[in-house]
Amino acid sequence: MNTNLSRLRSDFPILQREIKPGIPLVYLDSAATSQKPSCVLDLMMDYYGRHNANIHRGVHTLAEEATGMYETARVKIGKFIHARSHKEVVYTKNTTESINLVAYSWGRKFLKSGNIVILSEMEHHSNLVPWHILRDAIGIEIRFIPVNADGLLDLAEYEKLLRLEPKLVSITHASNVLGTINPIQDIARLAHQAGALVLVDGAQAIPHFSVDVQDLDVDFYAFSAHKMLGPTGIGVLYGRMDLLEQMQPFLGGGDMIREVRLEGFTTNELPYKFEAGTPAIAEAVGFGAAVDYLTQTGMDVIRQHEVEITQYAYRRIADLPGVKIFGHENLNRGGVIAFEMTGIHPHDVAQILDTDGIAVRAGHHCAMPLHQKFGIPATTRASFYLYTEKSEIDQLILGLLKVQKIFG
Amino acid sequence: MDDLYRETIIEHYKNPGYRGVLDPADISFEDNNPLCGDHLRIDLRINADGCITDAAFSGHGCAISQASADILLESIIGKHLDEVKKMDKQDVLDLIGIDLGPVRLKCALLSLKVLKSGAYGIHQGESIELDLD
Repeated sequence: MNTNLSRLRSDFPILQREIKPGIPLVYLDSAATSQKPSCVLDLMMDYYGRHNANIHRGVHTLAEEATGMYETARVKIGKFIHARSHKEVVYTKNTTESINLVAYSWGRKFLKSGNIVILSEMEHHSNLVPWHILRDAIGIEIRFIPVNADGLLDLAEYEKLLRLEPKLVSITHASNVLGTINPIQDIARLAHQAGALVLVDGAQAIPHFSVDVQDLDVDFYAFSAHKMLGPTGIGVLYGRMDLLEQMQPFLGGGDMIREVRLEGFTTNELPYKFEAGTPAIAEAVGFGAAVDYLTQTGMDVIRQHEVEITQYAYRRIADLPGVKIFGHENLNRGGVIAFEMTGIHPHDVAQILDTDGIAVRAGHHCAMPLHQKFGIPATTRASFYLYTEKSEIDQLILGLLKVQKIFG
Repeated sequence: MDDLYRETIIEHYKNPGYRGVLDPADISFEDNNPLCGDHLRIDLRINADGCITDAAFSGHGCAISQASADILLESIIGKHLDEVKKMDKQDVLDLIGIDLGPVRLKCALLSLKVLKSGAYGIHQGESIELDLD
């Protein structure tokens, strides 16, 4: 492990915890949610302990400070993703809400019956169900880019689908099951040539490698703080300014308005137009601290570490008898490994690992259609992050051998 | 855990006595655990007095859910449907003899949920909600 990175484990209080006396936590579930460094927790505590107030219209000191902290975080996040302006950074609850926002505020205004939206077979439920709802409401058509046996998108099929003149391609940047990192830049270029906009679900990508929304040339990019060292309850929708300007509001209420009369309202400027009601202020502040931490550590350093850990884990798991990994083995892959053990249900695998303090996830990982495609109800998934150590992979392997012994 | 996966559970999981499908059956019911994708179907044969003469389960799931189904069906042979309707969470936990957290409790109780839904003659797709507290 990179020396800088092995030192940073002490920044995460939870990684010092024992699950039972003498049994330390081995946290291999970062794709579900990441752990949080002290700087994030401390800043949120400081916010509540010293600066707490509602934002934007207060003139007192606390309201000024709270507003400043909330908006400073937005600017940091905007720089982190290379947005042209922090006004393109809309706070939401999470990735799911960000995608729902586009489906509602852009979809209901600009799509009509028969218009085509392209998704893929590897999408998380959060990038499937909002489009199902929109289809049921206004009659759009949904088409899917197939996933091949290696867990990669069939791009030849994608190019054929583009001939149908879709209005939108909404696609995940990195699969939460297969580990596949999709070629977003190519996908976006082809989509734009065909006249479609591009929305990217970045939940599993932006925590792990550097993302530049201008370089990728995408129109919308959705992500969550909690998967990138920040708190739960806050996410972002990045949107190109001209598109956000044209879209209808999402939720109605305070803060999203310029003026309200009994007969109606006019909307506030960006990004507040999409931020109705008192937002998650402490969470936004914590998100800013998380982005600082990632920037200081270096996204390229994090990526390099995860590539090493993932390669090591892939080989070790693949070498076990009776284990099948879903997704390809190459360098350009994210730090998630989902696998099946012959004759043993993933819940049982996860439960037995838990007795040794090892946290993995078992189930369909909110990607039921993908599991149906591969003909399995559920998988066990180990996922890694900047704080994962090789010794933890060794622990996992010992745990999996124990599982096989119990069911042997 | 070592309790969770004690020998009886593993034994019932690997060599279930009541795994299969009854055709014809007097009562058949099936349901899913949407959290983990487990699926369970239970078939029952009932005699003229309303007593269970044969039972079988099919589907897929973890060792806890499959072993619980097997142990539960073993316990109800010869019982009247009215007795089955009265069974609750504690009865299943007593039968399987392990302590479960809230997530795994759903695995263990899927079979009771399916069984009681069948016993009450509920239409497919409208299974009952068990009190898990």
